[in-house]
Amino acid sequence: MHISDWFSRKPKYAVLKPEKKEIPEGLWTRCPKCLEILYNKELERNLKVCSKCGYHFKLGAWERIYQIVDDKEFYELDGNLESVDALPFNDGIYLDKLRESKEGTGLNEAIVTGRGKIEGFDVFLGVFDFGFIGGSMASVVGEKVTRLFEYGTRDGLPVIIVTATGGARMYEGMLSLMQMAKTNAALSRYRKKGGLFISVLSDPSTAGVMASFASQGDVIIAEPGALIGFAGPRVIEQTIKQKLPEGFQSSEFVFQHGMVDMIVERSKLKSTIGRIIRIWNKRLKN
Amino acid sequence: MEQEVKELTPWEKVQISRHPQRPLTIDYIENLFEDFVELHGDRLYGDDPALIGGIGIFRDQGVVIIGHNKGKNVKENVSRNFGMPHPEGYRKALRLMRLAERWHLPVISFIDTPGAYPGIGAEERGQAEAIGRNILEAFEIRTPILVVVIGEGGSGGALGIGVGDRILMLENAIYSVISPEGCAAIIWKDSKQAERAASALKLTAQDLLRFNIIDEIIPEPPGGAHNDINATIKAVEESIARNLEMICSKDLDSLLEERYQKVRRIGIFEEKLVPKAGVEPARSPSST
Repeated sequence: MHISDWFSRKPKYAVLKPEKKEIPEGLWTRCPKCLEILYNKELERNLKVCSKCGYHFKLGAWERIYQIVDDKEFYELDGNLESVDALPFNDGIYLDKLRESKEGTGLNEAIVTGRGKIEGFDVFLGVFDFGFIGGSMASVVGEKVTRLFEYGTRDGLPVIIVTATGGARMYEGMLSLMQMAKTNAALSRYRKKGGLFISVLSDPSTAGVMASFASQGDVIIAEPGALIGFAGPRVIEQTIKQKLPEGFQSSEFVFQHGMVDMIVERSKLKSTIGRIIRIWNKRLKN
Repeated sequence: MEQEVKELTPWEKVQISRHPQRPLTIDYIENLFEDFVELHGDRLYGDDPALIGGIGIFRDQGVVIIGHNKGKNVKENVSRNFGMPHPEGYRKALRLMRLAERWHLPVISFIDTPGAYPGIGAEERGQAEAIGRNILEAFEIRTPILVVVIGEGGSGGALGIGVGDRILMLENAIYSVISPEGCAAIIWKDSKQAERAASALKLTAQDLLRFNIIDEIIPEPPGGAHNDINATIKAVEESIARNLEMICSKDLDSLLEERYQKVRRIGIFEEKLVPKAGVEPARSPSST
């Protein structure tokens, strides 16, 4: 812009800020993918999916629950389980992490589990929250998932788990790793009873949780554009010493490689789960 | 505290567990089993040299053997991918466990891996699915399974063949949710803090016995297994014999029940009392 433009332009403004346009807190959100500025209320209405490019924002556990259960009615179970610094891990670092995560998310742990209805069907539902130490699994998360499968086995109801996780939580060491075995042991019993386990993979779903129950759904649904895999992309890049191709470990990638049944947009998630349960419900009863 | 026996630090144990002269799965196979017949391939994609499997005889008892397969030198290690399996390794292991079930042979599994391989092909072929399935199906395999952690127990890559009825661990072996280097890089942004991470992670056999994650510690010669390989192999043989007898004498229903209950109990947390019994009404999200 030439300096003379200043004088020809009208209306004139006294002050021009050189910085980028400020987004007023709490009203607008910038889409991290297409950079479109989205009005929060509209984003909310659109289930936190960018109306321009379809980017699926991460959801908090309760946001997800209220998006998929009927009438926003949900009965939380085992919300009274609290993590402890069992190892203990190096000078209370873990306790600090737990405190921060509790304050940041308002949650007790990285998963909320309970009972509700989806499209009229009773289900046990567990939803991870990535905001709580990266949605990581340690003793409490493992116990809650295990109990969810046990409730499902007891009541003969579907179990639905929505993951958003970076894997096993290192602050509980091997206790965390063994939750992979514990949850899968319970899943194995649930399967034996003919249970329906729907695993919904949201962004991101990797490592220890993927290498246990999340990859073992009877039906596996991925949200569009999620990162899904075993190792994190940075670890792979460091190991193989080359850059990973675009779209590696995306939902679309794992779908192409036969690891998930379908990629379902958020707006269709509830109805898709409902349709699967409806079919499962009509199984032979002997 | 009278006796001044110098305890090895966790970090020293990490070094010993990775020592280049430490006996490997192949050493135990050569010394403990008669007529080992190696079986190859997962029947789906390929054969994984990082995970060895086959059948053999242990003290007059037919067994199926699976184990991570590190190499003794750089050349061997390159061809065996440093004992880091791809999905086909885990799928071969599962095939052999199913074979063991059909033939009614016990399974002996040797753990010694830095972890499952993080690479492009491994992701394309479903590394997470392969490990997850092995862990899941291990609870359904109707035959005794004995697990021996002989060196490095690297996270999910170890657990993929690590579910069993008795978990034995050599005195200086390690078993961890993440490598000390990886942990240090995440927490302190500096992999040189690995020594600190090794203590924090509680990855030694002594720690894991305390947490009931393993069942027995197999003693090593002073300074580590590499100082006296024959003595180590003898100690492992004795422990395998005793534990194998123990699990093979149980009826399969109670064996599987115990296999389940053992992991079902793992986890330390607080269960706070809730004012009302039963379900708790929904809470609204605290934010917004």
